[in-house]
Amino acid sequence: MGKSHPNVDAYVVSRVRALESLLLEKGLLAPDAVDRVIQRYEAGTGPMLGARAVARAWRDPAYKHRLLQDSPAALGDFGVSYDRLVVVENTPARHNVVVCTLCSCYPWDVMGLPPTWYKMPAYRSRAVSEPRKVLAEFGLVVPPEREIRVWDSSAELRYMVLPMAPAGAERLGEDELAVHVTREALIGVAEVQLPEGGH
Amino acid sequence: MDGIHDLGGMHGFGPVEREDNEPPFHARWEAAVVAIMRATRGSVYNIDEFRHGIERMDPAHYLASSYFEHWLDGIARLLAEKGVVDAAELEARTQQFHERPDAPVATPGEATATRRPRIVETSFRAPSAPPGFAVGAAVRTRTLHPAGHTRLPRYARGKRGVIDAHRGCHVFPDTAAHGLGEQPQHVYSVRFEARELWGEAAEPNQRVHLDLWESYLLPA
Repeated sequence: MGKSHPNVDAYVVSRVRALESLLLEKGLLAPDAVDRVIQRYEAGTGPMLGARAVARAWRDPAYKHRLLQDSPAALGDFGVSYDRLVVVENTPARHNVVVCTLCSCYPWDVMGLPPTWYKMPAYRSRAVSEPRKVLAEFGLVVPPEREIRVWDSSAELRYMVLPMAPAGAERLGEDELAVHVTREALIGVAEVQLPEGGH
Repeated sequence: MDGIHDLGGMHGFGPVEREDNEPPFHARWEAAVVAIMRATRGSVYNIDEFRHGIERMDPAHYLASSYFEHWLDGIARLLAEKGVVDAAELEARTQQFHERPDAPVATPGEATATRRPRIVETSFRAPSAPPGFAVGAAVRTRTLHPAGHTRLPRYARGKRGVIDAHRGCHVFPDTAAHGLGEQPQHVYSVRFEARELWGEAAEPNQRVHLDLWESYLLPA
């Protein structure tokens, strides 16, 4: 029940192929549509947009202010038009974590494809009611004096966490930093860590 | 609807299971479902109809199936309801592919769609009235049990919170999912104390934010 790796029935694969072929015949699906989706999410190289924005925010306080106050303008610096991102900042006093309990809302355009665990019942049911236990399972122990804010994405706004800059961040350039900003950190289930011994 | 999709606060699903080095797609069919969704959403159904299509899955099937199967099931339901792909036609074609899994999905010379630019929908709308609540106002969520689509989760009904931010005016999913129009409303980030939501079981020093439409809220 709710397991993360359900055995996909061969019937499901056949049903997808059937729907694909019917929509091709009806002129509703472009012949290269599937390849283009694969290309966009698999062949894309380099850090995600969200990771690049976070790295820039760590290096540039004015950019950080814009990212927090006016994310469409801040994302526009990367040539991306996205009008509904809310960026929430982690501080020593507060940790933020994002969930969608009703479906699996996630800013694909900013953070790539959501991980499977984000979409499964265990995370969606528990992140709102016992976030400290859930975060501990991810290896992130948040002490009781540090507040936890859970952002349940119930409308068309989308959430991204601005993690705290890791120790040693000042030694790296923006592009080098962005590589270490993981999807998990942008969801709020991990901190950003740089590898031991500099870069 | 009070469906199986409304998971917030439920018990019994166990620990979060992670997959090491998870690929973007586990198989081609997952990407095909994404492509099908992008080709039909906006032109055949809206995002609220899409979500409600998934919510109407058989609950046991919902829990036993993967995320992209949810999409497939919801899309097939909507395409049948909208008269685009007949359910019997889809079943017959599925049987054909089941018997011949390697058959190509398209034969040369068939009518093909020209590539359309991806439509990026926005839910923001111009407001017809000023916001009814100010930031900092105390509110209580209504106790609603609509049989149709809603974005007020069960765990946050009849609860006291505070308006934390105004999020703009947005299409109202409860009507847009049912062909009853966009009926835009102001949306607010409402902040709830964990103890208000979960009682004595709440973890310490925790708050939950939800983005809620104005008609879900009453002054407290």
